[in-house]
Amino acid sequence: MHKYSLIIKAVSVLTTAALLFSSCGRSAGEKAENQIVVFNYGDYIDRDILKQFEKETGIKVVYEEFLTPEAMYTKYKNGTVRYDLICCSDYMLDKMIKEKETREIDYSVMEHISNIDSTYWKISENFDTEHKYTVPYFWGTVGILYNTTIVDGVPGSWSDLWDSKYKNNIIMQNSVRDSFIPPLILNGCSINTTDEKSLRKALEDLKKQKSLVQSYLVDEVRDDMVNEQAAMAVIYSGEASLATEYNEDLAYVVPKEGSNVWMDSWVIPDSAGNYDGAVKFLDFLCRTDIAEKNFEYVYYSTPNKSVLDNIDEEEKEEDTAIFPDEDVLERCEMFTYLGPEAEELYNRLWKELKVY
Amino acid sequence: MVNSIKKAAEKVYLILVLLLLYIPIALLIISSFNASERNKAVWGGFTLKAYTELVQDEIVMSALYNTLLLAGGASLIATILGTLVCIGMINMKKHSKSLIMGITQIPLLNSDIVTGISLMLLFTRFADLSFATMLVAHVTFIIPYVVLSVQPKVLQLNLSTYEAALDLGASHLYAMWKVIIPEIMPGILSGFLLAFTMSLDDFSVTYFTKAPGLNTMSTMINAEYRKGIQTEIYALSTIVFIIVLFVLFIINRRSEKLYKQREESGVAL
Amino acid sequence: MKRLGSRLLAGPYLIWMVLFTIIPLCLILYNAFTTFEGRFTISNVTAITDYVNAKPLLLSLNMSLVVTLICFLLSFPLALVLSKYSKNKNSVIVMVFILPMWMNFMLRTLAWRLILLNNGFLNKGLGIFGFNPVYLMNTKAAVILGTAYDYFPFMLLPIYNALVKIDKDVINAAKDLGATSFIILKRIMLPLSLPGIVSGITMVFVPSMSEFVIADMLGGNKVYLIGNVIEQAFNSGYADVHLGSGLSLSLMGLIIISMAIYKFFDKGEGGHGIW
Repeated sequence: MHKYSLIIKAVSVLTTAALLFSSCGRSAGEKAENQIVVFNYGDYIDRDILKQFEKETGIKVVYEEFLTPEAMYTKYKNGTVRYDLICCSDYMLDKMIKEKETREIDYSVMEHISNIDSTYWKISENFDTEHKYTVPYFWGTVGILYNTTIVDGVPGSWSDLWDSKYKNNIIMQNSVRDSFIPPLILNGCSINTTDEKSLRKALEDLKKQKSLVQSYLVDEVRDDMVNEQAAMAVIYSGEASLATEYNEDLAYVVPKEGSNVWMDSWVIPDSAGNYDGAVKFLDFLCRTDIAEKNFEYVYYSTPNKSVLDNIDEEEKEEDTAIFPDEDVLERCEMFTYLGPEAEELYNRLWKELKVY
Repeated sequence: MVNSIKKAAEKVYLILVLLLLYIPIALLIISSFNASERNKAVWGGFTLKAYTELVQDEIVMSALYNTLLLAGGASLIATILGTLVCIGMINMKKHSKSLIMGITQIPLLNSDIVTGISLMLLFTRFADLSFATMLVAHVTFIIPYVVLSVQPKVLQLNLSTYEAALDLGASHLYAMWKVIIPEIMPGILSGFLLAFTMSLDDFSVTYFTKAPGLNTMSTMINAEYRKGIQTEIYALSTIVFIIVLFVLFIINRRSEKLYKQREESGVAL
Repeated sequence: MKRLGSRLLAGPYLIWMVLFTIIPLCLILYNAFTTFEGRFTISNVTAITDYVNAKPLLLSLNMSLVVTLICFLLSFPLALVLSKYSKNKNSVIVMVFILPMWMNFMLRTLAWRLILLNNGFLNKGLGIFGFNPVYLMNTKAAVILGTAYDYFPFMLLPIYNALVKIDKDVINAAKDLGATSFIILKRIMLPLSLPGIVSGITMVFVPSMSEFVIADMLGGNKVYLIGNVIEQAFNSGYADVHLGSGLSLSLMGLIIISMAIYKFFDKGEGGHGIW
């Protein structure tokens, strides 16, 4: 019996020690305000950069990921975590800025902000109209990634996603706005339409498509395509470009009817407890060597001029996914925030699709 | 003749179920040695790369550390609180007792998701999410398992030894520590182990109450598997499997010993 | 004597449970019956009758019943055989069968992903033997399979624990009196192991009823359960804490009603046969 009490004693001493230790460490860190909480999409930064930032500035980075813009917004609104920096897509940032959830960024203290090309500031004006609240991170298009060994020819049209030949071989995005892109565009609507009839019609198309769809995924799409689990997938250009790197049989196309061009940017939310740290981190991300390193890891289209200048033309021509031609961009439209009513409608339609 | 057929059938059934249970785990472990970067169902040669990567992978290692710390801390707190309440219930009237047992059932009948959500609602109002809130959440949903393991042992207690100790001049505290606690130790231990297992295994409650940047093994895997083949996770499964084997082996030997001792001394287990 | 088990010892536990179980439940209750502006409403609770919520609820109910049935049908005979071979509940052979429970839940589910993917282990294996591939991934079957695998030990253990407790003399006496194996099973084994069966069913049915992450990992978001609906209401999608609370309340209600039906058979011992 003695042995048991010994074990229990040992365990209790160890655990209390560990608990005390970890709680001390945490509270000390919080008191010094010497940390920033960063909220980003999955697998969307080179983690080594975080370490380098910690080393250079002494500011600890608490890093957290989310799957979809909607999930991000919910978690942020919950208020249980005080995020200092959030990276998200255009329409969600539009919403946050309109709801006055973001703080102005003091660009004047950022040494490397000039690295961001003016073209992208202009694009950002779609959601950050006053050019005050965001710092561009990566951008891209939405298109179809397909396996050339399975698909005959090029699926140059969104309607190929309704081709019954590829039953059980199509992957769709599990993100509400993205999943409505194909049917809306095919029906000749704007992807920012709030017209209930058009959206209902799009939903009917998506329902019709559901029996052909293998799965609705977000971050898993790339891996599943690389593994040749499916013939076609709706995907972001950056993910597509990475996928084609892992598997040469894959190719990316932006359908001829047009598509969505998106911009992911950083904002400092109202809740930020360490504003200065957050600005420092943003500046760090814009620094040429860091941006370059991050670009090589994430491999999405970067708005950073100094990085772009260092990439040779050949590479740019080869990878049309992340260096798209002008005419591709011309057929693409950016998402905007549609307001609470349309949001509720989307929510309802999305649920109807899920239970169908 | 009929008997031997029956016996054979039983054995076949045992083996079939065993296969069903272990094939998935075996495939995970085999995958960790598979050099194929694309599809783990295709053999691409033997490699130990996953293991060297695992050791260096801070995301995985810190998740492992957090999981163990959380499970250890939470089950310790739960065991203490749960044991105390069981001893406290000895002298209670029937209806207070059944009230406490009723409260104990709540987290069991509340599915994980509801427990997680209700705690999230609480924390949203009154606290920032941190390791401490995760600890509170884990204690809350594992406590019933401790109470349900200790309670039967407390009911079997023979109080005359305790009284004898008091008559011989022992203080209440001393007598409790020396007489009562050892007597119900098997219940406490199995309660602790069960609580520990439940905490290790949990996803839902952690998912709703987790602090930023802090992951347990479950939430880490749930986030990482989406990002492409993470061979480290397969390597992790081998290591978890070996640890589990080892721990069970030790527990088994201890309880076997205990069982024998008890049999010899004629005390009912 | 009175001082042993001073009632005060129950204090910390009670305080804990009130703070972290009762109050949080009240918060759910409060949220469920109020709107975003704080006004009283029952629409969050009645939302369960809306088909976008009712359909997942029925699907969950349906699937968790199937899962519970599979687990029971697999584990009862197994527990019978095991109880014959071992007298101690910690014996090696029993440990071997519950060991998978100790592997992390996510790892277990991930393993099934590896197996069921379109060109995963299952189809590669079938290919070797010249069979046509089966596409189980992202179907209800995959989710049922994964859930049953995950919760199987929680059914096996309590049933086994109840069966080993049955006095062998009772069985022998029955045999001597000429009872057939079937009669022994029906008249002795089943009734005497009922508490174990009840707690096994609770341990499997309750969590699989509210499952959402297995559906996410093996269902490819094509299988939409009530757990997913609630999870989305709180954590992703367009969130609505009040609606989510209302739906959680409905889920709780359904589980409690189902359990009340089972409790009818329970001899006051349910729940603790697990270890």
